[in-house]
Parts: sequence; C-alpha cells; structure tokens
Amino acid sequence: MFKTFWMILKRDLKLALRRRSEIFTVLFFFIIVVSLFPLGVGFDEKMLQSIASGVAWIAALLASMLALERLFSSDYVDGTLEQMLLTPQPLPVLVFAKMTAHWLLTGLPLVLIAPVVGILYHLEAETVKVMMFMLLLGTPILSMVGAIGAALTLGLRGGGVLISLLILPLYIPVLVYGAGAINESMLQSGNIEPYTLLLSAFLLLSLIFSPWATAAALKISLE
Amino acid sequence: MSLTVSNLQCTRGDRQLFSELSFQLKAKQLLFLEGENGSGKTTLIRTLCALFVADKGEVLWCNQPIQEQIESYRESLFYLGHLNAIKGDLSVLENLRFNHAMSGQKCSDDDLLDALDKIGLYGYEDVPSRQLSQGQKRRVALARLLLNKSPLWILDEPFVALDVAAVELLQGIISAHIESGGMAVLTTHQEVPLTQEKIQHLNLDQYATQNAEASYV
Amino acid sequence: MSLNWFKYSAPMNFYPLAGKLVPIFWILAIVLTGFGLYWGFFKTPDVLSDQKQYYRIIFVHVASSWMGMWLYVMMVFWGLVGLVLNTRLSFMMAKATSVTGAFMAAIALVSGAVWGKVSWGTWWDWDPRLTMSLILLFLYIGYIALQSAIDDPRRADKASAVLALVGLAIVPVIYYSVNCPNPNECASLHQESSFKGIESNILLGMLVTALGFWMYSFAVILMRVRNIILEREINTKWVAELQNGR
Repeated sequence: MFKTFWMILKRDLKLALRRRSEIFTVLFFFIIVVSLFPLGVGFDEKMLQSIASGVAWIAALLASMLALERLFSSDYVDGTLEQMLLTPQPLPVLVFAKMTAHWLLTGLPLVLIAPVVGILYHLEAETVKVMMFMLLLGTPILSMVGAIGAALTLGLRGGGVLISLLILPLYIPVLVYGAGAINESMLQSGNIEPYTLLLSAFLLLSLIFSPWATAAALKISLE
Repeated sequence: MSLTVSNLQCTRGDRQLFSELSFQLKAKQLLFLEGENGSGKTTLIRTLCALFVADKGEVLWCNQPIQEQIESYRESLFYLGHLNAIKGDLSVLENLRFNHAMSGQKCSDDDLLDALDKIGLYGYEDVPSRQLSQGQKRRVALARLLLNKSPLWILDEPFVALDVAAVELLQGIISAHIESGGMAVLTTHQEVPLTQEKIQHLNLDQYATQNAEASYV
Repeated sequence: MSLNWFKYSAPMNFYPLAGKLVPIFWILAIVLTGFGLYWGFFKTPDVLSDQKQYYRIIFVHVASSWMGMWLYVMMVFWGLVGLVLNTRLSFMMAKATSVTGAFMAAIALVSGAVWGKVSWGTWWDWDPRLTMSLILLFLYIGYIALQSAIDDPRRADKASAVLALVGLAIVPVIYYSVNCPNPNECASLHQESSFKGIESNILLGMLVTALGFWMYSFAVILMRVRNIILEREINTKWVAELQNGR
C-alpha cells in the first residue's frame, strides 16, 4: 500500500518537474493577486497591515483552486485515471498520493513565498512566521477538500469555474481561522493556540474523510 | 476459472441498452463482442470491469459476484480501452514501467526492455512519448500485454491505429494468451487465428430492449 | 393503515400518489400560514423589547431560515437514501428539494436584510445568522450548479448527493467559525438561545407559520418531482399511456 502511494507521488512530482512552468504559474498568480491589492486600496501602512492576513489567505485559496482543475483532469483525458481505478490497489490510497503531490506542488510553495507578503504589507517578522505556520496547517486542507470538488466536476464543461462555486464556501473555516490567527498575532496579548488547535482538528478531519469522499466521487464521475 | 454474466440489464441516461443478457466464458476461450454503434458495447465492457453497475443481473468471476471480491477480481483482469494512458512528458520506458507496476505485478527493467523490443519499439525506450506517432503510442500500451499475467483480458477495439505488422503481432499475442489457458473479451472486426471451438460471438443487437415503439404508440 | 413503501418507491406508482397529495398540502399550507401570520400580526404585542411593529417580519424570517436549514438536511437525506439503496425516486426528491431550499434561504436573506434596514439602519450586517443564511444559499447554488452541469442524470444525481453530504459534514465547522471567529473570546461564551424571553404567543405564531412553510415546501416539491419523473421516464410505456388517457 505504501509502495503504491510512493509510486504515484514520485510519478506526479516527476511529471510536474518536467513542466516546471505550471508550478510557477500558480506561484506568480499568488504574488500578482497579493500585489494588486495595495494598488487598489491605497498604500497606507496601517491599513495594509490590517488587510494582509485576509488578502494572503484569499490569494492562497484562489491559487490552490486554480491548480485543482488539473489534479485529475490530465490523467482523466489520457486514460490513466481509468487504469488507476482498475488496479487492485485501494483507490483512497491512490487519491491520497495525488493530493499529497498537489499540496507539495502548490501548497508548500505558497508557504515558502509568504515572506514576500510580509515585505509588501510591512509585516513584522513574528507575524510572517505565524502566517507561514498557518499556511502550512491550512493549505493541506485546501488540497484535500478541493480534491473532492475536482473529482466531482471531472470532465465537465466549465469545470474550473464550477469547482470554485462548489468548493469556495467549504473553505470558509480555513479562511476565518487562518486569517484570524495572523490578526491575533499582531496584538500585544495575542494567543494563537486556539486557532492552531481548531485548524489542526479540521486538518485531521479532512485527512480522515476526504480520500474516501474523493474516491467515491471519482467512481461516480468515471462510471 | 470462468466469467459468467447472467440476466444483465443496463441503462444509460434514459435509454435501456440491453436486457436479459447472459453468457459464459471459460478458460481458453475468446469472446467477440459485436453490435451496432450505441448498442451498449462500451457499457457492457465497463460493467465487466466493475466500473459501471448494472440495473439488474450479475457478473460472476469463478462463480462469485465480482463486487464481493473486487480486489482479487482486479488482479485477474487486464483492461485496455480506447485511451492509451501514455504521458507525453515521460519516456517510453517510464510509461511502461509505471503502467505495469500499477497492476501490482512485479517485473525487472530487462523484462520491460524485452517487451518493448518484441512490440517493435527497440531503441525507443528513452524517447519522450510525445514524439511518438499514434500507432507507436498504441504499441507502448500493448506492450503491457506481453508482461501481464492476468488470466482475463478485456480489450476495447485493440486493433485501432495499428499498421498491418502490428495487427499481426497483436493477433499472435492474443492467440498465444488463449492457447496458454487465458480468456479474452474483444470488441473488434478483426479476425484472430484460433480454432472455431475456442471462439464465441455475442451480438448485442439481439438483446436490445424494444421500448422505443412503446413510447410512440 | 399500512403503506407499502417499496411499492411507492417506483416513480410509476409514486406519480399518481403525489398528484393526490399535492392539493392536500396546498390547503394545509394556506390554512396554516394564514393562521400563523394572522396570529402574528393581530394577536401579538405591538412592541418586542425595543423594537416596534416592524419586528413582525420575524414570522417570515425565522420560518424561512428554519426551512432553509431543514430542507438542506432533507436533501442530504434523500441523496443518502439514493446512494445506499440506489433508488431513482429518492434522487429525484433530492433534486426537487434543492430549488425550494435555495428559495427559502433567499427569502430568509431578503427578509433579514429588510429587518436589518429598519432596526439597525443598514441592509447588511455581518451578523452570524445572516452570514450563515448567505453561506447556506451558496451551498444550494453549488448543488444546483453541479446538478445542471452534468448531462447524464445518473451521474448528476450521485455526484450532487456526494457534494451535499460533504457540505453537511462541513456545515457544523462553518457554523462554528462564523459564530465564533475569535476562539479566544468565545471559549467561555455560550450561545444564547434565541428562544429565551420570547413570549409564548409570539412563539406560537412562528411555529405555526413554519409549519405552513413546511406544507408549502411539500406541495411544491411534490409538484416538481412529478415533472422530473415525467421528464426522465419519457420513453417508458406508462408515461405514453398517461398521455393517451388524456
């Protein structure tokens, strides 16, 4: 079982590394969205600091969403997904490997690029650290919950826009606590522990349920 | 070892494709699946692969419903559809290695190279697959047949996009599989050289549900 | 009287049954909603705490927001029944429920906004209850969008049932995060029940109106399900006979 997981993860990473531009597309999308906000709302330092957390998270939601459409669709189009469904290996394991690859290729780079947000929005080093930590906790949830939507909309016309309609409302808790913790950390007496615990609980729940839900959705879409 | 279909009925959308379909396939037998376009060949094949659940009836593998032994059934099954499952960004060898490994059966790189050699892709192993022609991609997909040890092969239009030499090669591979005790289900018009008693024909048009007239009375 | 449920799980048998039930639900809906609103407008005090006459929009607002939530649960229920038992009729019920649910969530949203305008002086306030209605509407919209994006009815039914189920699993988390965006503050804070301090005759008006809305929902859902049945069974013998009979 672990061998299968590793095999698919390795293949997905190899494929992505041969098309590096796709990783950077997502990354630059994130940076562009983040840097457009000050141009729209003005350069006041106080205000930028107060909106930084929300902007960073919304840009992360959109960037992760952008990459979701490709999560299963390329394997669907060339028939690989059909073959995966027909292997004796349990489908949730295969799905989990693909989710992990998706997170490594889109979620993790966002975590690493977060200091740029700190520079653009005049954040303190401490706040940037919290932002990176919360992104680290929250972005896997985005990949896992999003995978369900990607599986449900597989092969449909206008799949990309449709996914966002289905999935964005489900991202609300991640947005609320992910951004809330960053705001909290800017306060003198801030205590981010409850936020961390809540997001970890949500992460755990999605770890347990989303591979199965995604597998079920894939079976329905490929029937 | 046998594949048994009893009383199968399938609906796609609001159209019933076929009903009361039954047949049995034993070791050393080949089944040709025939029928007009839209007669439900693909749906039947997907039902046999347990990708699609029929409205009524059962598919049995070794006298047991496939849904109850799904993992061991999938180990015994090799399916190849219209799509080749080839990634343009991977080399020919990488594609074959991954696709074969997914089936859970082991084999060494030498076996893989040997299979590529036999299928007529000697020297192509490190070529990125996107540079291959349609027929060559099909050959990469078919190379898996040489490695696969599953007894039941289900092949949907396997001869499409192949040139004369490859057709002959594939005919040989399929008949060797049957002779060595395997079984296969094929949708194709291509003959496979085997003695008559090993070949069955199933024409889906005979099982089509006649409900179109009812709605226009 | 014992009903044979399995007999009525076939669309062919359910169609005439639903036809008989629809007028009954319509009558109940009109009577109950009429009574509830009459009670609410004329038999309740003119002032509720610091709010004057205008608080009476509560009778529509609360009933519709309850319905928005209940119908979502009902939709998930029918989807789940469909996934487990593989009965086509339950998927059709789920599909028929979704539109009425979205309608109820929208009414809750509009009535809430109107109420907000007169009592708080603003159309919109990020009050947890209003926010939740908005998110509920989003969930319904996602469901309906997925349902209508898929051409194959079988896939559409199953996929939207899975989506609704996933939505229901996450709704409590969303609800918590909307009600308590700052966990440092609400760790000790208990959600105060909105029923507390509400006079019993106001409650009566609300409950009866809600019951009336239930009946209305049943009536329109059954009407819609009849249409879906005809649409999907168009090629069957019994629909053809139905047409000839007329």
